[in-house]
Amino acid sequence: MTALRDETDDADIGDLHEVVDPVPGAGAPHLPQQPDLVQLLTPEGERMEHPDYPLDVSDEELRGFYRDMTLVRRWDAEATALQRQGELGIWASLLGQEAAQLGAGRALRDSDTAFPTYREHGVAWARGVDPLHVMSLFRGVDNGGWDPVERGFNLYTIVIGAQCLHATGYAMGVQRDGDGSAVLAFLGDGATSQGEVNEAMVFAASFDAPVVFFCQNNQYAISVPLERQSKVPLYRRAAGFGFPGVRVDGNDVLAVLAVTRAALQAAREGQGPTFIEAFTYRMGAHTTSDDPTRYRLAGEVEEWKLRDPIARLKAYLSRSGLADAAFFEDVEAEADRLAARIRSGTVEMPDPRPTAMFDTVYAEQTPPLAAQRAQFEAYQASFEGGEHA
Amino acid sequence: MSAELLEAPATTETLTIGKALNLGLRRAMEDDPKVVLLGEDIGRLGGVFRITDGLQKDFGEARVVDTPLAEAGILGTAVGLAMRGYRPVVEIQFDGFVFPAFNQIVTQVAKMHARSRGLVPMPMVIRIPFGGGIGAVEHHSESPEAYFAHTPGLKVVAVSNPVDAYWGIQQAIACPDPVVFLEPKRRYWDKAPVDTSATPGPLFGSRVVRGGDDVTVLAYGPMVKTALQAAEAAETEGRSLEVVDLRTISPLDLEPVYDSVRRTGRCVVVHEAPVTLGLGAEIAARVTETCFHSLEAPVLRVGGYDVPYPPSKLEEDYLPDLDRVLDAVDRAMGF
Repeated sequence: MTALRDETDDADIGDLHEVVDPVPGAGAPHLPQQPDLVQLLTPEGERMEHPDYPLDVSDEELRGFYRDMTLVRRWDAEATALQRQGELGIWASLLGQEAAQLGAGRALRDSDTAFPTYREHGVAWARGVDPLHVMSLFRGVDNGGWDPVERGFNLYTIVIGAQCLHATGYAMGVQRDGDGSAVLAFLGDGATSQGEVNEAMVFAASFDAPVVFFCQNNQYAISVPLERQSKVPLYRRAAGFGFPGVRVDGNDVLAVLAVTRAALQAAREGQGPTFIEAFTYRMGAHTTSDDPTRYRLAGEVEEWKLRDPIARLKAYLSRSGLADAAFFEDVEAEADRLAARIRSGTVEMPDPRPTAMFDTVYAEQTPPLAAQRAQFEAYQASFEGGEHA
Repeated sequence: MSAELLEAPATTETLTIGKALNLGLRRAMEDDPKVVLLGEDIGRLGGVFRITDGLQKDFGEARVVDTPLAEAGILGTAVGLAMRGYRPVVEIQFDGFVFPAFNQIVTQVAKMHARSRGLVPMPMVIRIPFGGGIGAVEHHSESPEAYFAHTPGLKVVAVSNPVDAYWGIQQAIACPDPVVFLEPKRRYWDKAPVDTSATPGPLFGSRVVRGGDDVTVLAYGPMVKTALQAAEAAETEGRSLEVVDLRTISPLDLEPVYDSVRRTGRCVVVHEAPVTLGLGAEIAARVTETCFHSLEAPVLRVGGYDVPYPPSKLEEDYLPDLDRVLDAVDRAMGF
């Protein structure tokens, strides 16, 4: 049984037995009826229970999620602005996907490992990655400045879906080490069409690897809508591979947390993989280079604004007296400070040392590359002032 | 020579290239518990060429893994295992089947160390039986080495004999960088004595395997034997060929080649892969840049034609052989 909301009858909000369209605006053709959607917090901020996903979450954690999501959204807005001002080459916005990413990211234990795409800034935040270490990638300083081993958070993978195999292989290693940790592979709806993603699910199933595939279905692969990727709801693909698939309201941070925790725990206990489809929406453009007005209607975006992940948690916190105005003001002030730090840290970021590109191609440098590096240095030194400006 | 020197030491045994690889893999697995073998049919069957014969029986299914039939899956999971601290040794069943895994090799395996500023090493060996001459159907006779040599971040070696096979596979596994390890499939059954207690030379080094004065002939993998046969035939005609086994394709080790060409003034490069933009092109450029004033003739290339590897009834026409090498030698001498 799943608690769902009937947008045609507001009086039924909170009726746990009503199985109807889960979200307002779901009458849009790309949003089918979703009787299987796991939801613990309605778009209006009503707390629900789900028999399969009981959630034990403290008031502090609830406030923490609000803080996380607000700060990450502010980071995202600042990054978009910095790109517009020429300080970043590009930015891939996570706007609208904060709940999916923080819910999943906070479901991980320290000893677990996550394999992101290139949009998982919220997960990066949850893993304790300094936002500036993400900004450096989009500024063109490096390919991500954090230590993936220390953070349990792999570097961003830009080739769509390739990281799902890495996560699976890593999980096969975890399995051999028997340390009881689990692995979380992120992917998008478009990636489910990739052969490598399907191979990852075959391998994970065959070896019962402790990996969870966390798919943020944000409805679009750049411009191409979901129905071009799949004729069936994505979570149902899992059955074909022989492991469970779950669809969760990706804009409901509590449901995402509960579902991901359960899947990771099952993986730790040797029950093999789970596929989670976090049903969400990319509120912004694919990246700052994209123009979504060419392929989707403004009305659709407006509908999804009603399901905003942060607004619903704020409504719940306010209504249930778990947070007051002072709390929300504090978070806003903290977001301002974070944005200021990200801005100054980004614009002040030094360019990389030119010879750095030669230095980590190999663990053991080769003589030909060392020679090429020396040639490059000599060439640079031939300019007045010693460096080619 | 004294009698005891003629007597083979107890640690020397005559091995085929295939058996030498098998023993080398076994020794690497004994030396390092993190070595894990992945591939299609490598476990119970021991591989279609039997290179991993008996290893699953002795090391178990967790270390010799019969994978699902998906090459990208094999390479991609090997990346993850390497991230976790394992040393995966991947078998690609045939050269022509490496392409489904090409994405993982080029975009992930090759770039991970640089992407992570050295924080995530990729110690991995990708074993590929390569080259033609076995009368096979399409996709079983390819020479894909240039693709990999063109990719920064990979190291590429090709073995030509049982000694290098035995030591090379162990050195490749011990290497902290990803190594594409090319095995000359038609020479798998060639035999030679292997001293398993010797101290091997470096993996990434070329080697003069026959001295000579007139023309330097370069080859690697299966073509080394062809070049040596050509040198023997040339000798009967009074021509002295120096043969260099390149051994390493990336990085190239051309110092011994330059030394040789400075003496001979002539250079012929032999490989099975199509000549256009093949290794021979790169080597010709480098030899010309470095030995320009010593050259008596342009560097010549002998290779496959720029056609898809042909059906097996035509492969003798396609593959460089002794006569085509000698023809190139004649042309080099004619300048």
